[in-house]
Amino acid sequence: MTVRFWGTRGSLATPGRATARYGGNTSSVEVRTADGQVLVLDAGTGIRLLGAAIGGARRVDVLLSHLHMDHIQGLGFFAPLFDPTVAVHLWGPAASDADLRQRLARYLSPPLFPVHLRDLTHLAVHALPMEPFEVGGVRILAHRTCHPGLTVGFRIEADGRALAYLSDHEPALGHPGFPARAEWTSGYALARDVDLLVHDGQYTLDEYPSHVGWGHSAVDHAIAFARLASARRLVVFHHDPAHDDAAIDRLTAEAVARLSPAFPVIPAAEDACLAVE
Amino acid sequence: MPQKPIELILMRQLAGTLAMPLFLVDPAGTLVFYNPAAERVLGLRFDETGEMPLAEWSRRWLPTDDAGGALPPERLPLARAIAERRPAHGAFWIAALDGARRRIEVTAVPLIAVPDHLVGAAAIFWEATA
Repeated sequence: MTVRFWGTRGSLATPGRATARYGGNTSSVEVRTADGQVLVLDAGTGIRLLGAAIGGARRVDVLLSHLHMDHIQGLGFFAPLFDPTVAVHLWGPAASDADLRQRLARYLSPPLFPVHLRDLTHLAVHALPMEPFEVGGVRILAHRTCHPGLTVGFRIEADGRALAYLSDHEPALGHPGFPARAEWTSGYALARDVDLLVHDGQYTLDEYPSHVGWGHSAVDHAIAFARLASARRLVVFHHDPAHDDAAIDRLTAEAVARLSPAFPVIPAAEDACLAVE
Repeated sequence: MPQKPIELILMRQLAGTLAMPLFLVDPAGTLVFYNPAAERVLGLRFDETGEMPLAEWSRRWLPTDDAGGALPPERLPLARAIAERRPAHGAFWIAALDGARRRIEVTAVPLIAVPDHLVGAAAIFWEATA
């Protein structure tokens, strides 16, 4: 299983020279198994380039963690949606007030977008089940996690390896003892013993207190969470738009120096490809 | 021990910040947490009790009605909220573990996550006059 990052930025696309190395596109991650199964995690602006490079896949499953704009804004620019030879399955968290198609259509309809979602006739939309499910031999578990609105994280198991994706996640919310007890920690069941954890690390420790409840983590929290879950590698994801490449280098190095994790801590970089091993 | 559902985790975090007593159970009725304000009414710190099945906690504080009759577990508001999946209210006496007998009023609400998944129940309670 490989993971390629097409969008690593949180909140707002942030193009420019100062963000060229870690990238300015918002969340979108390609997961590809050894037998060619393609999953896409979130549909931020990074999904546009992913769609152009997807190759000969005849089926693509797009898993949406939630419907905040930075996670769906690229959806209308995902080329396979307009290619009738590719079956696109879109999965997202269930809600009680409206089904997933109706909620997505609030964005994918005029005046916000020129094409109606209903006109994409070969698109299948599914509410994520609460129990584990399989897509082409890939086992997927979606759990609701600590982030405003209905938000899920994913655990993906394939090729004998496990990946967790918690792009927008604040496990430390209101928890003075964090990270104390695994059973009381949001996201733990998804991340436990994974080979690769992709986790929100939007803030520095100094920035976090003025953003409590916004649904994001300091890099130190991401490291502490990875340690609690016994993750073997941590990719820090969902970079703050205000952090340029130099800032991401610095705040990652400072957090690693403070906590001395026994596992690698890697800031997510656009176009980087990692083997889950 | 498996991870609790996010709704229980968030409810516990909220309870930890409240000055009003709050008691939290899972769908089986097992006590999973009560907050410091509840500790003062119940007369025992949660750390000293830990998690406890319904059959145990429902007798631990010896709940009785105004006539002194023992209340069976299924008549307690939390158990009713889970069984009936709707709010339940009641007033009764407890023997707090600091030795005091207190009359409390309890309002319990089921915690039903979207789309329709019972993850537990929460009860707020307060001391009442007889």
